[in-house]
Amino acid sequence: MAKLEQPIDAAQPLPVIQVVGLSKCFGSHPVLTDINLAIMPSETVCLLGPSGSGKSTLLRCMNWLERPSSGEVWLHGTQMGYQAGRKRLASEAELAKMRTRIGMVFQQFNLWSHLTVLQNVIEAPIHVQKRPKAEVVAEAEHLLAKVGLHNKLQAYPSQLSGGQKQRVAIARALAMKSDVILLDEPTSSLDPELVGEVLAVIQDLAQAGMTLVIATHEMKFAEEVASRVIFLDQGRIVESSDPKTFFAQPETARARQFLERYIHVGAI
Amino acid sequence: MSLRFDLIWEQAPAFLSGLWNTVWICAIGISLSLILGILLLLPLFSHHKVVRLPTKLLVEAARAIPFLMLAYLVYYGLPSLGLTLDSWSTAILTIVIYNAAYVADILRSAWVNLPKGQTEAARACGFTGVQLLRRIVLPQILIAAAPILGNQAIQVIRDSSFLAIITVPELTFTAKAVQADSFVPFESFITAALLYWVLCLLIEFGVQRLEWVRNFYGKA
Ligand SMILES: Nc1ncnc2c1ncn2[C@@H]1O[C@H](COP(=O)(O)OP(=O)(O)O)[C@@H](O)[C@H]1O
Ligand SMILES: [Mg+2]
Repeated sequence: MAKLEQPIDAAQPLPVIQVVGLSKCFGSHPVLTDINLAIMPSETVCLLGPSGSGKSTLLRCMNWLERPSSGEVWLHGTQMGYQAGRKRLASEAELAKMRTRIGMVFQQFNLWSHLTVLQNVIEAPIHVQKRPKAEVVAEAEHLLAKVGLHNKLQAYPSQLSGGQKQRVAIARALAMKSDVILLDEPTSSLDPELVGEVLAVIQDLAQAGMTLVIATHEMKFAEEVASRVIFLDQGRIVESSDPKTFFAQPETARARQFLERYIHVGAI
Repeated sequence: MSLRFDLIWEQAPAFLSGLWNTVWICAIGISLSLILGILLLLPLFSHHKVVRLPTKLLVEAARAIPFLMLAYLVYYGLPSLGLTLDSWSTAILTIVIYNAAYVADILRSAWVNLPKGQTEAARACGFTGVQLLRRIVLPQILIAAAPILGNQAIQVIRDSSFLAIITVPELTFTAKAVQADSFVPFESFITAALLYWVLCLLIEFGVQRLEWVRNFYGKA
């Protein structure tokens, strides 16, 4: 049952996202088991793990696209999915409002196909957040310039490459001015030659101090950019450490196996 | 044997008036049914079974009733329930009930086929409910379903011919009246048939214009 207060550590600043004892089952199949983690401001956390280990589900539970079976998700002191300070489930509208504080970038981009690049970016700030159009458009143009798409404002998604689509999707998430952005394998459906341009944009965000949680199979990127690496296996957090330690000397056999297999596959 | 299209020409004003009646009855009927069909999506996708299932049943039933039967029901049947409509209102109400059920079903399946990521991204951005439907789902399913909706409009125009039987002075009714007056059945009916064809061609042309919009959007 929902607690009324976030379990905080007085010695630490308030986490942007705190996940407490979270589990998720699909039917009788447990996909996540007792997940505890805190994402601190300006952290770049990379979620690693074999496919099927629950990375996507964990990200989707954080913004309640998937409702956790048990456990809590706290967003800067408010509990996702519950009415403020109460044990009652939030309404769809209240939940939607909380979701605007968490940006999300999907593996398949999921740009809205009936809207132009610019419209994709301004749609939610104008119609969900009800911010003034002129201000939103100016910001969106700025963001799209930052991700290198200033000359594609009027293009439709179908006219873009995968790398361009994903950069628009990142701009769309940024335009919400959310506290944190969740990225679910943002480069996994890209042609290899387009991966770099997207990772570069993400790296810029990390350096600019944006709080990021990234599920990824890009080990080199994780090693260089992550401030922390979380290794998931079969729905449990098996390791959580700084990237240098994780990649040089993983503590567990499972992580070693995973990295060996990855390096082996990567070598082919 | 000689064909007397000159007699048809003399009746041109009658044909035009019949054509006009067909056009505006169908235009109003199709427009209203489009709106009603869209509104039916709300109960059709309701989370509550008690709302969803009866709506689904009604839509399926309406699609199973032949157009003429529906027109009879409205024209001759409703008066016994205390609602008497003139033939114009009957015409429009029949088209609306008949076509809204089809529109709802066509849009429902377009929605089911909409890639899930489209609504997921919208929900992640804070869209819900009617706003999600109106801004993200509806524009996409209308574009996707445009060709099928166009075919459905053509179906309505053809079926509207049955309205002659309940004395709506539309195109078929006019053709029948002219042939009875002037004894030129072939000329009269072939003229009406050609005019129906022109209407259908116009709709097909409109749909093709939409088609390029659709190809343009493609898949995101
Ligand atoms: N909607 C769903 N219904 C049933 N099972 C699901 C669903 N989503 C994910 N799963 C299952 O949950 C497990 C974890 O999936 P996922 O979170 O996508 O892993 P990852 O992103 O690490 O590859 C997989 O076994 C997958 O089959
Ligand atoms: Mg995944």
